[in-house]
Amino acid sequence: MLEADNLACLKGDRLLFRGLALRLAAGELLRIAGPNGVGKTSLLRLVSGLALAEAGEVRWKGTAIGRDREAFHRDLLYVGHAPALNDMLTPLENLQFTIAAAGDEADAESCMQALVRIGLANQLDLPARVLSQGQRRRVGLARLFLSARRPLWVLDEPFTALDVGAVEDLAGTLSDHCTAGGMVMLTTHQDAPFAMPPKVLDVGAFAC
Amino acid sequence: MLSTFFAVLRRDLLLAWRGRADVMVTLAFFVIVVCLFPFGVGAEPNLLRAIAPGVLWVAALLACLLSLHRLFAQDYADGTLEQLLLSSEPAVLWVLAKILAFWLTTGLPVVVVAPGLGLLLDLEQGALPVLVLSLALGTPILALLGAVGAALTLGVRGGGMLLALLILPLFVPVLIFGAGAVEAEASGTGALAHLLLLGGGLAGALALAPIACAASLRISTE
Amino acid sequence: MASGSIDQDNRMNPSPRGPSVLRFAAPQNFYPLAGRLAPWFAVTAAVLTLIGLWLAFFVAPVDATQGNVYRVIFIHVPAAWMSMFIYLVMAFWSAVGLVMNTRLSFVMSQALAPTGAMFCFVALWTGALWGRPTWGAYWVWDARLTSQLLLLFLYFGFIALTRAIEDPRRGDRAGAIIALVGAVNVPVIYFSVKWWNTLHQGASVSLTKAPSMASTMLMGMLVLAFASWAYTLAVTLWRVRPMILERERHTEWVGAVLDREGGRK
Repeated sequence: MLEADNLACLKGDRLLFRGLALRLAAGELLRIAGPNGVGKTSLLRLVSGLALAEAGEVRWKGTAIGRDREAFHRDLLYVGHAPALNDMLTPLENLQFTIAAAGDEADAESCMQALVRIGLANQLDLPARVLSQGQRRRVGLARLFLSARRPLWVLDEPFTALDVGAVEDLAGTLSDHCTAGGMVMLTTHQDAPFAMPPKVLDVGAFAC
Repeated sequence: MLSTFFAVLRRDLLLAWRGRADVMVTLAFFVIVVCLFPFGVGAEPNLLRAIAPGVLWVAALLACLLSLHRLFAQDYADGTLEQLLLSSEPAVLWVLAKILAFWLTTGLPVVVVAPGLGLLLDLEQGALPVLVLSLALGTPILALLGAVGAALTLGVRGGGMLLALLILPLFVPVLIFGAGAVEAEASGTGALAHLLLLGGGLAGALALAPIACAASLRISTE
Repeated sequence: MASGSIDQDNRMNPSPRGPSVLRFAAPQNFYPLAGRLAPWFAVTAAVLTLIGLWLAFFVAPVDATQGNVYRVIFIHVPAAWMSMFIYLVMAFWSAVGLVMNTRLSFVMSQALAPTGAMFCFVALWTGALWGRPTWGAYWVWDARLTSQLLLLFLYFGFIALTRAIEDPRRGDRAGAIIALVGAVNVPVIYFSVKWWNTLHQGASVSLTKAPSMASTMLMGMLVLAFASWAYTLAVTLWRVRPMILERERHTEWVGAVLDREGGRK
């Protein structure tokens, strides 16, 4: 279970929000809402441990995430704004590297299947620099198919630049993950066809 | 346990291979800087022989400095660094892998071509093995210390010059012992003490720099 | 539940509960304290400087070998001491800040840096002035002077890094790391430069071992060293105050302070 109490986030010299609390239990899908610039991405970075909270703390299974970083990161999958793609590598090489870098086993076969499933069958051997925005996005998201073992998924705008079919497929994957007892926390500007309506946390309510 | 280490090492070496022009540029820079000195101070063999150790070492140091900004910049820009920081393996490991890959692609070539340049400067042939050894021990220290500076200056305006200002004073001991070793060997006093000190410095840098570098990367991506 | 409740009393800087000394680690308590203490240190510095200079120029005897030139030692040595000591203090505050995550520590180390660099520069400058009559050159690559020069570069690096990073929190922590890296390297640099110097230079006139150090000379030097101390404290405390306000400007107490001080003008 993921919990946060009394979170405050400082960006530059501006306090984005304060007093934010959230709770995410197994099987829940949480959508972070709020206008642009209110701190949705900052909140996701706080929760994933990339950024330090100005006040308050984030707990995973009851322990503060900074206390046992490696254990928390073993359970976490974070896909941020930047697709973490190197232009000189192929999608397959990129995906394999991302998985291995996270500390997981990744054989080429299952990585290939994941890329085919997300619709990149024809781009497997191309360098990433020739891919379109949507295709780059998909390479990052292909990780989801291989990360079912990681219970907590934190996704920053996963639906951006995806076409309708891909959005549907992704929403299905997220719903499945929740049904299997996982947790998903995401930001999005568009409505996605989730199996059940997500809980919503409006960061704007805590804005300063 | 070491899967991240080897994944990063393999990827960085692969990237260096695909972008090998960059590696060649560093090497060409090293050669050109060394070749400039005779034009500046005159081609008098005795003079060149006297300044050869210092010139070779300063050129190696500058070559390392100029390529350092490449170490994390790309990963920082495309988000790979974030993913690495979220790895379930300790950051020190993959930081070490990145530094090792960096040294293999910039330090090692310099070590390899240095003896040839030593001959250009009329360095005594007996001192060439010591030159190679001192560079082989010293350039990894430069890479380790430089990595901390590169991590701290990520995405900062004027990062390149700032990196030089931060790191060059720290390079001075390496320069002293590295060039000193070659000079001591050439003048017949024996380079063992210098080389031992370089080795000790390398051990210390290996133990401390990756920790500082990992902490710096966390600070810079925050 | 995905809904949060706003903690009505969510103060950003709660005073640490504990021994009363720790109370001053909270910025809102340290800010007025710094303002109260700074003038006292400034006065102490001025008085001690006058006493020290009087001892240096009127009481201390003329040196048998160097004549009156040696009197530069009264400025040179305290400045050199201070420049090294301030770097250590900076590193100490940086370590405290990184370990305890106290923002005031970072502010302290950044407020100290310009003063340290200034003393470093003064030590170099007076060293050069002293070197001209004693060595016959403004600059020789003496081990102490060279280490001092490198220390000045370390100061410049620290100041440049903390100024170049726009996000104050990142700047604080990045500066702390480089201060610590520098502090670890200072002994290495000093040792290596000394080694290099003995190989290249042979023995040189040592700056601090002035022949026949009279007790009045020592006295003058100590008094000036204490004066430098008081000066450093005063200047640092003054420099810390606006830095605290800038960093804490989103808090209520800073709003109150600004209202009060703005109203006075």
